[in-house]
This record gives sequence, C-alpha cells and structure tokens, in this order.
Amino acid sequence: MTDDTIGGRGVNAPDVVRRDLSTEALLTVRDLRVEFGKKGQRPTTAVDEVTFEIRRGEHLGIVGESGSGKSVTSLAIMGLLPATGVRVSGQIMFDGEDLLAASEKRMRDVRGRDIAMIFQDPMTSLNPVVTIGTQISEVIRGHRDMGKAEANERAVELLRKVAMPDPGRRMKEYPHQLSGGMRQRVLIAIALANEPQLLIADEPTTALDVTIQAQILEILKQVVADTGTALIMITHDLGVVAGLCDSVHVMYQGRVVESAQRRPLFAEPRHPYTGGLLASVPRLDSPRGQPLKPIPGSPTDVLPWTQGCAFTPRCANRIDTCTEKTPALKIEGQRALRCFNPLTLSSAGGATP
Amino acid sequence: MTERRRETAEEASSKPDSTNDQLLVVRGLKVHFPIKHGILFDRTVGAVQAVDGVDLDVPRGRTFGLVGESGCGKSTLGRAILRLVEPTAGNVRFDGVDVASLQGEKLRSMRRRMQMVFQDPLASLNPRQSVETIISEPLRAHGIEYSKKNRVREVLDLVGLPASAATRFPHEFSGGQRQRIGIARAVALEPELIIADEPVSALDVSIQAQIINLLEELQERLGLTYLVIAHDLAVVRHISEEIAVMYLGGIVEQTDSEQLYLTPRHPYTIALMSAVPVPDPAIEDHRQRILLSGDLPSPANPPSGCRFHTRCPYRQETRCDTERPELRLISPGHRVACHYAEEIVAGTVTPKVDAALPV
Repeated sequence: MTDDTIGGRGVNAPDVVRRDLSTEALLTVRDLRVEFGKKGQRPTTAVDEVTFEIRRGEHLGIVGESGSGKSVTSLAIMGLLPATGVRVSGQIMFDGEDLLAASEKRMRDVRGRDIAMIFQDPMTSLNPVVTIGTQISEVIRGHRDMGKAEANERAVELLRKVAMPDPGRRMKEYPHQLSGGMRQRVLIAIALANEPQLLIADEPTTALDVTIQAQILEILKQVVADTGTALIMITHDLGVVAGLCDSVHVMYQGRVVESAQRRPLFAEPRHPYTGGLLASVPRLDSPRGQPLKPIPGSPTDVLPWTQGCAFTPRCANRIDTCTEKTPALKIEGQRALRCFNPLTLSSAGGATP
Repeated sequence: MTERRRETAEEASSKPDSTNDQLLVVRGLKVHFPIKHGILFDRTVGAVQAVDGVDLDVPRGRTFGLVGESGCGKSTLGRAILRLVEPTAGNVRFDGVDVASLQGEKLRSMRRRMQMVFQDPLASLNPRQSVETIISEPLRAHGIEYSKKNRVREVLDLVGLPASAATRFPHEFSGGQRQRIGIARAVALEPELIIADEPVSALDVSIQAQIINLLEELQERLGLTYLVIAHDLAVVRHISEEIAVMYLGGIVEQTDSEQLYLTPRHPYTIALMSAVPVPDPAIEDHRQRILLSGDLPSPANPPSGCRFHTRCPYRQETRCDTERPELRLISPGHRVACHYAEEIVAGTVTPKVDAALPV
C-alpha cells in the first residue's frame, strides 16, 4: 500500500522507534501466577508463568482474546485484585520494590502516582455524580500537597494536554455530558495527573469508533512521548499494537505463548496461535477475494496447561508431544516461544512479504 | 439545507442503476424519531433524524456493505427496510413490491423472504428455548410444512453445527456457535435477503473469520443477497462487492469495494480509511493518518449544509455550510456526496493540517 491509496496528506504518525530507551528495567514481572477459587474448591488458574520486563519509555503490548488473562495481569500489577479468593504469587518488581509484598497503604501511594491505569469503559470508571474537574484535581491532591486553586489549574492544563475542547467549561461538567471519546480523554488526563512512570492502558479504545480511536491513540502516543512514561497496552486488536508497541507478548489461556519485538513478530509469527490470529483478521489492505483462514474451534476448547499445550485442540500444527507434556517458554535470541512445533517461515500464514 | 426531493416509483425506475436484477431498491428513505416534551400535552419539539434521505440499490445475489460509525443511522436504516421501525418517508421496494405500503398479513408473509441476523447472539436468542425450537419457530409461524427432525438437522448442518446441538440451549454454546444459531434461524425460512447487523463485532478475533467464511459459503450455496451493516471497514470490504459509507443519516459515498479502497473520494471515507489500524508494523510506521476533529454531531440537530463540514479537513468557505451536497456520480459506478470531490482529487483543495492534535 502506498500513501496515496490511503488518502495522502495529513498528520504524520510520529515514529515509534526513535525513542531513547534506558537499559534498566522499570517493571519486572517474574513468574506471575493468579489463581481464583473458593475455600475447599480447586482453584482456577487465570494467569501463570507470566514473565516480562519493561524499561522507561518503552511501549509494551499484551495481546490476547477474552479469557486470555491479559486484564488479570494488569490488575495484579496495580494490586487491584480482591483480597479474598485470589492467590497471587511470583514477583512484581517496580523500581526496585516488590509490589506483591507491599502493604495496602503503600500500594495506595504507588497507584495513581507511579503507576496509573486507563480502563476500557470510561463511563463506568468515572463517578457519574462528580464533576470532571473534581475528579481530576482529587487525584492530584491525593498524592501531592497542593491547594485547591492550584490543583484546578493543573487539571485544566491536563485537559488541554489531552486536546479537550474548551477545558475550562468541561471542568464543571459531569461525565454524562461528554461523548465517549471525551470521557476517554478525561481518563487519560486523570491517569497522567501525577506524571506516572508507568501507564497501563487496558483496551482504551475498544469502546470507541474508529475515527475517535485514531484520535485517542494519537493523544496517548504524544503524551507518553512527552513525559517519557512507559506504556503497557493491553488489547485484542493486532492493528493497534502494530502501530504503537516496541515489543509484543501474545497470551493464550493465561500464559504467554510468544513474545518478540513487533517487527519480527508480525513479519514472522512462529507460534501457530499468533500466525492464526494474523491470518484470520480481514485486513483493509489485503486484495479482495482472498479467503480468510480462521482458527478452528473457540477459545473455550482448551486443554489444561498441566496436560499439554492449551492451544492443541485448535492447532493445525499439533503433534503428539503437544498432549504429552507442557511446553515451556523457550528463549531463542530476541524471541520467546512456547511451542513444540512452531511455524516455519514458509507456512506462517499471516507473514507479510 | 436543501430538502431532498422525495422520488416516486416512476422516477426511481428511470434511474440507470435500477435495472431488473435489483432485489432491493430504496428511495428517499427517512426515519425521524420525534422528540416529545411536556407532561399534559405531548408536544413534538423536534426530531432525531436518524436516517435522512437514503437511496440504495442492492443487486440480487450480491453483498452490499453499509459502513459507518455508531450513531450514523446504519442500523436504523436496516430496520426500516424490514419495517421493524416505520419509515417517515420514502419507499422500499423488495423484488418490485413496495414494502412500506404493505399491511398486516401481507407484510408478515413478505418478511419470510427477508431475514435479519443480529449483533449479539446471546441477546437475540431466547434463553429458554432449545435450539430446535429456535430454528423451527419461524417455520411454524409462517405455516411451512416441515419434518421437525430433518429440517432442523439440515439447517444445523448448513451452518456447521452438529445435529446434537438441537436439544441444547443457547447458554451451552460459545459466542461463535451462538452466532451460527442466529444465522441458522435466519436461513431456515429460505429467505432471499439477509440483513446482517454487525454480525461479527461481538465475537472474538479468532472467531470472526469463521463467521465471515460461513456467510460467504451460505451465499454461494443458497444464492442469498446480503446487506451487511458494520462499523469495521476491513470486515465490510472483505465481504461486500458494493459499499456505501454513511455519515449522520445520509450516504456520503458509494462504489464497489475495490474502488472505495483504492480511490476514496469523500473526505470522511478518506479519514475513515486512514484511521483503521493495519496489523503490520511496516505499514503502520509509514502511514499518514488524517485525524478528524471532534465527535459526531447530534442527529437531532444536524449541521447545516454538508453534514460533515464541522469535522472536514477539506472544508471550504463557500457552499459546504450552506448547501447539502447530493450523492452524485463522479465516475462510472462511483457516487460521492461532496461539492469538491473533483478538486480534492486534482489537489486544488487541500486539507488544513494546522492542528497537530485533534481538538
């Protein structure tokens, strides 16, 4: 596809690659495991063996379908999982501190100041009976010693930063008076209020229309680049990840099945699930009449990880070993892969020329 | 605002497009929902102009895609065609019969020939009915003789579900399978037209392709005509031969799928195309994105003139805010509702790029 075909002149997307990444990890997640269960019942493992690290200024994507454990991973990092009925183990090191060992009081400090989160549905994450202005300044004053007037000023400035039209007036409005795109901007403003070091965005554009999604992603890209914030982008949309993230982790049934830098991952997917996802999405730029190659079955057809590879029932590349033992995440160079019989280059369906 | 002229059937048939193989012909369709005010007296104080003057021709055996963002009226248009909502004005001719004037039993029997597939399969299937009942109910309602066992099995087989599914209930199935049941219910009556309203948007990514392929397969086997309504341009482009882009109650561009992608002419289509993310970093890095400012205006109080002028990067001082552009033919088979479509192609009208961030 050339630039003319897509419509030519316009705002150029800033190059994602040209950023200084420090070498030290800001957040290291090691062997994260989250189990849900009631007393006396066998627990359900939602997330297992999740390991990744993110450096300052880096953009990391976590891709997966519903039930893959991507949201649970983010809630675990934020310490937002309920205290009862959930067992979280492993290690979440943030800036030299283990968040899993931190007290609830300490987590309250960290949340909103060092780590902030943007949720999918802005309507349910904003308080419907409190004005936008109060909701933003509340977050600022909660973490800083700042007067009301000053906090309000800062809130207006934040709204301006996320390109909210007429920020002064919006301060006095309530969430229902705003459109979906504007509400999402408010959430971004709240998340950025204390200039966090890490921003977790959980499907921030899924509830929005395409043109609004493009606006929000652009704003997100710019504000994150301005402040050097590290970004974890959680989404099911491979397209969003392709344009935004440095490295991508693909999750299936609670485990990472493949992770790599975005270019090699999209160009040469090795895990059959990654390849299958790429081949099954209709692309705007693919020639017409090309049939899609869906992944058979549904995400509910799974084999427990303890008995083999969870993707086996839907996998075209399965071999006998897949049901005999559990594949481990093997690191080969820049790529980590959990598969006994990965795609070879020629059979990688979604690979681009 | 120029009032769109309501065309009569005679005028419609004189149009070059409406040859005999058009299964569905829509002319000047309007759906306005009144806004009521007051307690004692139900005064109508305005109207939400959900669909405001739409012309469509859907050829038999083809797939027609209707794409637009939420609130543009695409679903209302689909419902108005089936008369699930009453059109305010305009006419809908299905196989030569004016659907808008049909009453009672005649309308009911007409609906046998046009069926609908809904977005959320869990919400559109009765949770207390077994799959067998769900599929055979329309047959019973239309008084069609059928052998319960065979017909249900046949239809299930058609949509790729096992015969054992017949005795089970919707909650026992996954999202993709439920959508298959919804499709099975629609095809059980052997309709000619299926209106599919966002048939895949509630499904997981890996499942969407299965349903898209199923729809294509059924079209080949049963000779169905589809009107596919969706917000996802990539999905619509994949399955449709002809695509109409809707914005705020009206069609802004209509052409075949290939041309729409290669040479989009309406500024809204251009922006929409550039906003769709492509799962390929090599392309994403070099793409130029046209960001639209603001949100969709309210259909209760649409902007004067061209409805897109409030967000259009190509907006000109004259005409755009005073005169509503007609959907006009700019090249064979390519209709655009923009005053400056030719100038935009020629490059004499250029977009404003002053704002780095959308406001």
